[in-house]
Amino acid sequence: MRNRWNRHQSATVTAPGNDVVPLSALRVGERGVVVEMNGGRGMLGRMTGLGFTPGAEVTIVQNFGRGPLIALVRDAHVALGRREARRLYVRRRAG
Amino acid sequence: MNTDESIAKSDAAEKPILVALAGQPNVGKSTVFNLLTGLNQHVGNWPGKTVERKEGTLTHNGTTYRLVDLPGTYSLTANSAEEVIAREFIIRNQPDVVVALVDAAILERSLYLVAELLSLPAPVIVALNMMDVAQQEGFRIEPEVLEAALGVKVVPMTASKNIGVHKLVEDIDKVAHSGYAYKPKRPEIRADHREVLEKIEELIAGCVPAPYPQDWVALKLLEGDREITEMMQDCLSDAQWEAVHDVLRAHDDALVAVASGRYEWIGRMIRAAVTRPKAGQIGLTERLDRWATHPFWGLLILAGILGLTFWLTYAIGSPLQNWLNTRVVGGLAELMRAWLAGAPDWLTGLVIDGAIGGVGSVLTFLPILIIFFAAMGAMEDVGYMARAAYVMDGFMHLMGLHGKSFLPLFLGFGCNVPAVLGTRVIESRRARLLTILLAPLVPCTARMTVVAFLSPAFFGSAATLVSWGLILLSLVVLALSGVLINKTIFRSQRAAFIMELPLYHIPNPRTIGLLVWQRCLSFVRKAGTLILVVSVVVWALSVLPGGEVDTSFLSHVGRWLEPVGRLMGFDWRLMVALLTSFIAKENSIAVLGILFGTGEGTGLAATLAATFPASTALAFLVVQMLFIPCVATVAVIKQETNSWWWTGFSVGFLLLVSWVAGMGVFWLARLGGL
Repeated sequence: MRNRWNRHQSATVTAPGNDVVPLSALRVGERGVVVEMNGGRGMLGRMTGLGFTPGAEVTIVQNFGRGPLIALVRDAHVALGRREARRLYVRRRAG
Repeated sequence: MNTDESIAKSDAAEKPILVALAGQPNVGKSTVFNLLTGLNQHVGNWPGKTVERKEGTLTHNGTTYRLVDLPGTYSLTANSAEEVIAREFIIRNQPDVVVALVDAAILERSLYLVAELLSLPAPVIVALNMMDVAQQEGFRIEPEVLEAALGVKVVPMTASKNIGVHKLVEDIDKVAHSGYAYKPKRPEIRADHREVLEKIEELIAGCVPAPYPQDWVALKLLEGDREITEMMQDCLSDAQWEAVHDVLRAHDDALVAVASGRYEWIGRMIRAAVTRPKAGQIGLTERLDRWATHPFWGLLILAGILGLTFWLTYAIGSPLQNWLNTRVVGGLAELMRAWLAGAPDWLTGLVIDGAIGGVGSVLTFLPILIIFFAAMGAMEDVGYMARAAYVMDGFMHLMGLHGKSFLPLFLGFGCNVPAVLGTRVIESRRARLLTILLAPLVPCTARMTVVAFLSPAFFGSAATLVSWGLILLSLVVLALSGVLINKTIFRSQRAAFIMELPLYHIPNPRTIGLLVWQRCLSFVRKAGTLILVVSVVVWALSVLPGGEVDTSFLSHVGRWLEPVGRLMGFDWRLMVALLTSFIAKENSIAVLGILFGTGEGTGLAATLAATFPASTALAFLVVQMLFIPCVATVAVIKQETNSWWWTGFSVGFLLLVSWVAGMGVFWLARLGGL
């Protein structure tokens, strides 16, 4: 029964398509809308508390291609490890 | 849960009104708490937890309010001890008012906690803090519109400039007194999960233990909350739980859906009240962060800030320490000596060398602690602390640590005591514990004093090389211990790296001042007592029964331990020197001076060099570097871990590490012909 907590959960709004990329793939200044979040319950709990939910718009503030990155979500600056950013899928937004 | 221990007992007839202060991290909760309570506050720990608990009183129009500062949390789902403490307090103690502090510049996100608080059975007031920052960032917020939408009182505030606090107190007063009709709009679950929520509620109806609200428990079950799930598993029969579990299993994506639902609800609530700035505006925070979080410039800035902190410590702290030592402690000793003239020797010794010596070591820690706490408090209050953690995160992860562990550990180079106390900035209990365990391995100035005295005596021109080698060895041992403890005891549980970088703001001297005051006070009260007791005991062991160290009980212990020391070439005198270093690291030299009858000067250095081979000297220095920390550090480890078990583990671990490393170096040196 306890396995429920260890199992990775995901919430999908739309099936990943061509313009759906991991958050870590966005460059500085690019925007995306969260479509899918993967991770354990603990991590999803922290992500949602910090403003990441499907439908939320995210702007990348800093991303050097390696190491952690900084995203702007719901007006807050949030630092994410690359591993965490790879598990968060966004639909790239033009402009 | 016993949370009533510090109620003002003077007026038992009239129960003070209980106000809980809730809010996400970085919304200015401490500033508001300090404004409301002033110095009428008491800092402790939540029962059985290492989470800081602040409580204070406030009197307004003849009514006394008891204010409890809840831990800062982003949500109320059981991710950590903080969330559980906050919601248990509200559910069990049912405060008369919950003040929910939100950041007006991050309104949507900080209302998330409010959305959770509204589901609990205590009236909420929303304090809309940082209105000035929101305005600067281009937001226009109409509090009355928000008030109408949420159905709760909304108080606009700028706590850093003392704006809006009076109105907040008046509103607390209104809500707390009978006659206030509390009719909040409660967030509703998204349509696609409404049915399943009703189903769960039906299944658990009548089985939810008081005082938990049934609909709230159903919602937390749906969210997959660990604590509530365990609680209900115990309360329901197996068949009932099976039924609930089946429903939950079919909806295990509900956590994200429920959270999205809350944000959608918040979006609807604030739509009419907020005008957003035009997109693309670049604020001060982003401009500063281009430097402060840059992988190269960020490190340089961090190095500069740390350099400044240490410079301040040496420029102000050390002279102050000397002054305290010679004038205050020395003066006190002189005074007592004159006063005790004619008293038996043992009494004079007990008072002057034992008690005043102990008080002195507590007292002389204070200048360093004040500077370090002020520096850390300022960095935290400005918002820089999170940036320092961000730039150091990659490096610290190698040891299973979080970026936030870097700063406290670095402070350890000055003194291990503030390093251990400074770990309070780390939220994750596991990471905090690991940092506390590793902190004593950072070579502090006191250890370096011993090295600086002994290494020239033995190694002449190679002394600098040996000193650097010893520092390097300490850090390598620290890193290896980090990896080892993390892999074995903590089984590599790695907290996800997600951290808010708060907006920069001008530090509030009052907030920092109170923080320094409280930390120092708790150090003197808790750690101070332990330091004093141990100092007196070790002093007594070192002079009893004959009055001389070399015939004392301590020397017997040293002789008894000699076989262990012999594996590294130590005799009993070196063992005694190590034992006395427990009071203060510098004691080793003084004790060696007595045991070799040479005093502490160059005579001692020459005698030691003539007595021991270089291999033994090297091993002694290695053990000295890695040995159990001084009593002050052990005392704060106890204070901060709130556990004798972990304190004992720390001491045992360091004994083992220093012994193994000492032997290893001794035999390697022997093989190398030293």
